[in-house]
Amino acid sequence: MAAQPEPFRSETTPEQLADLRERLASTRFAPALSGDEWTHGTPPAYLAELVEYWRTEFDWLAAERRLNALPQFTADLDVQTLHFVHARGVGPAPFPLVFTHGWPGSFWEVHKILGPLTDPAAHGGDPADAFDVIAPSLPGYGFSPHPGTPGITPARIADLVNTLMVDVLGYPRYGAQGGDWGAAVTSSLGREHGDTVAAIHLNMMIGALPAELRTEPLSAAEQDYLEKIQHWRAEGSGYGHIQGTRPATLGAGLSDSPAGLAAWIVEKFRAWSDCDGDVESVFSKDDLLTNITLYWLTNSIATSTRLYYESTHSTPNTAFVETPTGFASFAKEIATPPREWVARAYHLTRFTEFDRGGHFAALERPDDLVGEIREFFRPYRS
Amino acid sequence: MTIVDPFGAGNLMSNSCQLRPSTAGTLDVMTQVRPFQSETDPAQLADLRDRLARTRFAPALSGTDWMLGTPQGYLAELVEYWRSAFDWPTAERRINTLPQFVTDLGDATLHFVHAKGVGPRPFPLVFSHGWPGSFLEVRKILGPLTDPGAHGGDPADAFDVIAPSLPGFGFSPHPGTPGMNPQAIAELFHRLMTDVLGYSRYGAQGGDWGGQIVTALARTHGDSVAGIHLNLIGLTPVDSAPSTDAEHAFQAQLARFLAEDCGYAQIQATRPATIGAGLSDSPAGLAAWIVEKFRAWSDCGGDVESVFDKDELLTGITLYWLTNTAATSARLYYEAGRATGMFSSNDPGYVDTPTGYACFPKDNVTPPEEWVRRAYNLTRYTRFEHGGHFAALERPGDLVTEIREFFRPLRG
Repeated sequence: MAAQPEPFRSETTPEQLADLRERLASTRFAPALSGDEWTHGTPPAYLAELVEYWRTEFDWLAAERRLNALPQFTADLDVQTLHFVHARGVGPAPFPLVFTHGWPGSFWEVHKILGPLTDPAAHGGDPADAFDVIAPSLPGYGFSPHPGTPGITPARIADLVNTLMVDVLGYPRYGAQGGDWGAAVTSSLGREHGDTVAAIHLNMMIGALPAELRTEPLSAAEQDYLEKIQHWRAEGSGYGHIQGTRPATLGAGLSDSPAGLAAWIVEKFRAWSDCDGDVESVFSKDDLLTNITLYWLTNSIATSTRLYYESTHSTPNTAFVETPTGFASFAKEIATPPREWVARAYHLTRFTEFDRGGHFAALERPDDLVGEIREFFRPYRS
Repeated sequence: MTIVDPFGAGNLMSNSCQLRPSTAGTLDVMTQVRPFQSETDPAQLADLRDRLARTRFAPALSGTDWMLGTPQGYLAELVEYWRSAFDWPTAERRINTLPQFVTDLGDATLHFVHAKGVGPRPFPLVFSHGWPGSFLEVRKILGPLTDPGAHGGDPADAFDVIAPSLPGFGFSPHPGTPGMNPQAIAELFHRLMTDVLGYSRYGAQGGDWGGQIVTALARTHGDSVAGIHLNLIGLTPVDSAPSTDAEHAFQAQLARFLAEDCGYAQIQATRPATIGAGLSDSPAGLAAWIVEKFRAWSDCGGDVESVFDKDELLTGITLYWLTNTAATSARLYYEAGRATGMFSSNDPGYVDTPTGYACFPKDNVTPPEEWVRRAYNLTRYTRFEHGGHFAALERPGDLVTEIREFFRPLRG
């Protein structure tokens, strides 16, 4: 049976930081392929600027203090040690909510919504909307080590998360929220743990629909969506293809080169956010580097990409999700499914479109997401 | 590199990059050919050793098997050998025994091997390497092709052999401009062969990207190109609906290759700068990226060193490292993809030029004869029992014989 959670704090040795700075100082850049444009990927000029800031100005110890302000724990679940944030709600009846991050993010994605969700009264809300918030690090991400065994798929992670919620933390009934891989985990929670999961909220749809969910003719909006997905598969999913097939090969360079890691991650924060091509209009260098440094110091890029491999090489359960589902569609998400498409796969009880924001909703539009989560879960609290 | 239209390299005619015809006289241009020798600054080698010594490896994802890619254990062994035992100056001296030159062609500076044949009437042959190889792929076949008499052959089979480095590979810098796709490279090769080296009629051989480039050469310069010989198919036929059992099996093989083995091509074709950042900064990452392909695509039974020893692997990898060409070489995928748009299946048309095809069983795909015949004027198709993607390195004897026999009736 699961052990009791242990408190956790991030601790970094000066040697790790000295090594990182030395690597950054000796970065060898590729020749520029396309000037300052991002058409070929992260341009060396921007990368050089980011690397120089990382080496000379970024203050990891200050960032780490901010991470450590979050109440963090680890729990041993069979072979898996899971790291998670667990913040108690302030209100008459806080409802437990598990928030699952995605790639290339981390549990840090929760930091802006944590206060308003746990303590709404302190953020202009109603204490009746308080949540207990649990935000695990996915296995192989940040402070959750990968167990090293095959088969850590989104469905398996959902099993772990359910064990954490029910057996370790003692919540018999809870809600779940996520985008990106978090959406896959959250969907599995809704599909396979409907006895404990009251409702789920998603800000992304992941995976294809099986034929039995596609019997109704496609609407024009659905056709547009699928065309956009098709285009993205051709032009924007190379990272997913290599991560899904050769994570070790890719991981070798990204584990050895902090500049290579930064290029790999920052490209996605730019491409998938509502930043109009200027990533720093949404994420400061400090924001970006807090997340990137977390990947670097935990040497978790290879293990994080393994989730793509495991997911690609498994047969996911794609059955209709009976658990009540809310969906927040942010305009600059990779692709925004229309309501009818989401409703093919989920028992959709709420669908909200936002005209601002992208893939990283909890970081980009925390207030919108908080409002949405509060309203969606209100009828499912009891 | 990859095979067919899924990466958009098929429609070689549609690319917009047109090179100016040379206006210089042949003699003037000839004077622009400069001998070339590789020279390495000792500081570069010291820097490389430093980087190798402080390699930070990823956690092992899958023990010692290669299911998830290059395993950490093998990579650590290769990196340690590279740092402590591999002798680049010796490798470089061997490289420098090849007769190498550079010449300027518009924006591009092309590096190439040019070895004259020994025989009554050597026939000019341009040999094009692929990814993740280099012009060094020619080294085992160069002697037998240029001087058959010294290698148990007939001097009448002698070739002048020209082996360029593709732009952005090794000693051919990438010009930095868009559009350097297989068609544009074929144009450069044609100018090299005709304007610079003065050959009016020649043959061409290649696999991998080389197969696409020599296909483009045949299509646009059939008046000069007497015949082409391929060891990987360079385009999709007009009619690509399979009919025979062998064609159905090939389609299944291709689908599996695209689904399971083309991640490297997908990322290189869409974000070469992003993948290039890490590969340019981490020699271990570069080695992992390249060695995986030498293992997967060769006839090595899973043991890459049964075909390529560490010195051979590291000679190629060190060439990529010292020339900092991981990103520019990956760019070829991007440019090929832009030529038609990713995943298009535009029909590039039939190749009238006489074509020979050598099918090595462990190549990443092995199209049957009838499939190749749909796209090419196929006059010879040979299926070998051994060998893979890197035919010139793995089965040089077979490839040499094949080239001699295929081109014999085409020498004119």
